[in-house]
Amino acid sequence: MIEIKNLTKKFGSHVSLDNVSCSFKKNDSVALMGANGAGKTTLIRSILGYYHPDSGEVLINGSNPIKERIKVLQDISFVPQLPPPIKLSIQELMHYISVSANVEVELIKHYANEMKLDISANLSKSFFKLSGGMKQKLLIAISLAKKSSIIIYDEPTANLDPKARDDFYRLLRKNEDEKTLLFVTHRLEEVQELVNRQIYMDMGKIISDEIF
Amino acid sequence: MKNLYLIAYLDLKESIRAKWFLVYSLVFGGLIALFFIAGVTESQVMGFSGLSRLLLMYIQITIVILPIFILITTVRSISGDRDNHILEYMLSFPISLKQYYWGKIIGRFITVYIPVLFAMIIAIVYGAMKGADIPWSIFFLYTGLLFSLSSTFLGIAFFISSFVKSSEVALGIAFFIWIFLLAFIDIALISLMMQQRFNEGFIIFIAMINPMELFRVAAISLFDPELTVMGPVAYYILDLMSQRAFVLLSIGYPLLLGVLFAWFGFMIFKKKDLV
Repeated sequence: MIEIKNLTKKFGSHVSLDNVSCSFKKNDSVALMGANGAGKTTLIRSILGYYHPDSGEVLINGSNPIKERIKVLQDISFVPQLPPPIKLSIQELMHYISVSANVEVELIKHYANEMKLDISANLSKSFFKLSGGMKQKLLIAISLAKKSSIIIYDEPTANLDPKARDDFYRLLRKNEDEKTLLFVTHRLEEVQELVNRQIYMDMGKIISDEIF
Repeated sequence: MKNLYLIAYLDLKESIRAKWFLVYSLVFGGLIALFFIAGVTESQVMGFSGLSRLLLMYIQITIVILPIFILITTVRSISGDRDNHILEYMLSFPISLKQYYWGKIIGRFITVYIPVLFAMIIAIVYGAMKGADIPWSIFFLYTGLLFSLSSTFLGIAFFISSFVKSSEVALGIAFFIWIFLLAFIDIALISLMMQQRFNEGFIIFIAMINPMELFRVAAISLFDPELTVMGPVAYYILDLMSQRAFVLLSIGYPLLLGVLFAWFGFMIFKKKDLV
C-alpha cells in the first residue's frame, strides 16, 4: 500500500507538488493523468524515494522510501517513459537485476519471449543499441519478472507497436492480481481496460480522483 | 557487499569497453613505447640514465596528463548518469546509495590506475630484457605516489559529480581545477613571493598542500634525495622532515585528500535529490 500524506515538493520557487494526499491500495489500478508539468513524474519519483520532500511524507507498506530504500524497492517495479541509454550489454543488465533484486534471469527471458523479444540473439549487444521498441519490451519483461506488488509505468506503450501493446495488456491482465498498478499516461483510452481508478493532476494538485 | 562488487564490476566492464579507455591506455602505453624508440634508456642527462631516466620522464608527463584524464573521464560518472536518466532506472532496484556510489568509485579507480601501472610494468619488463639495472625502490615508491595521486583526483571528480546537475558544468569545473592546481596556483605563489608580502615558509606550505606539487617534489626526491635541483626551497622541506618521511607524507596526504573528497561527495549524493 502506498500512502502519501500532505506531500509538498518545490524546485526553487516552483511548487511541483502542493500538499498532495492520496493512497493506493492492493488491486488499485490507477491512471495518473494531467498536462505536462502537472506533477505526475514528481509524484512517481517521490514514491521511488528519489526526492526529499519539503513537507509531508510517503510511506510504502509503512516504510519510508528514502530511509528504507532497499526494503521499499524490493517491492516496486518501474518502467520509465524513455528507456535510458544504458551502456551495459543485455546480459550484464540482467545480471545486475538478478543480483540486486533477486530476479531470475530465466523469468526475464520468459516475459521477453511473451513480448516477442528474442533476448538470446542479443545477449552481448549493448542495451542502448536496441531499438526503442525492443528496449521498452525488455524493461516491461524485467518489471514483470521482478514480481513486485507495486508496478509503476510511465507511458509504457509510447514506443510499442499495436501488436506489442496487445501483448503488454495481455501480460498485465495475467499478472495484475493482488498488485497496485500505477500508469502515468496522457491517453486514457490506452489503459482504460486495465484501470479501475483515474486521478487527474494539475499545478501540483490532485484535481479529481474517480473510482470506476 | 555483493552489490558493491556488482556495481564496481559492471562499471569496470563498461569503462573498459569505452573509447576513452582505449585512448587513455594508448596514451600511457604509447608514451613508454615512444621513450624506448627515442632511446631514452640509452641516454644520459643530468646524471640520470637507463630506466631511472625513463621513469623520470614518465613522471613529468603523467603529472600533467593523469589528473586531467581522471577528472574528465570520471567527473561525468554520476552527473552523466543523472543527465541521461540512467540513474533513475538503475536506482529503481534495491541497491543502497552507499553501494552504488562506492562501487562506482572502486570500479573507476581500477580503470584509471591499471593502464598507468601496466605502462610502468612494461617499462620494467622491457628494461630487464635489455639487461638494464631495475630501480625497484623507485618503481615501488612511484607506484605508491601514482596510486595516491589517482585517489585525489578520483575523489575530487566524484565530489564534483555528486552535486553538479549537468555534465557540461562538471567538465568545466574539472578543467578549472586541473589548470588551477597545475599552473595558476604556482604563478600566484611566485608573484606573492616576489612581492615579499608573506613569509617564504608560508608560501612553500601553500605550494606543498597542492597534491600535484607534492607529487612533483616527491617524485624528484626519489631520484635526487637532497632535492638539489630545487635550490633553496629544499631546505624548507628537508629541515622539517627526512626524505623518507616526506615521501610517506606525499603518499598519505593525497590519499587522505581523495578519500575526504569522495566522502563529502557521498554525503551530498545521499542528501540531495537523486534525479
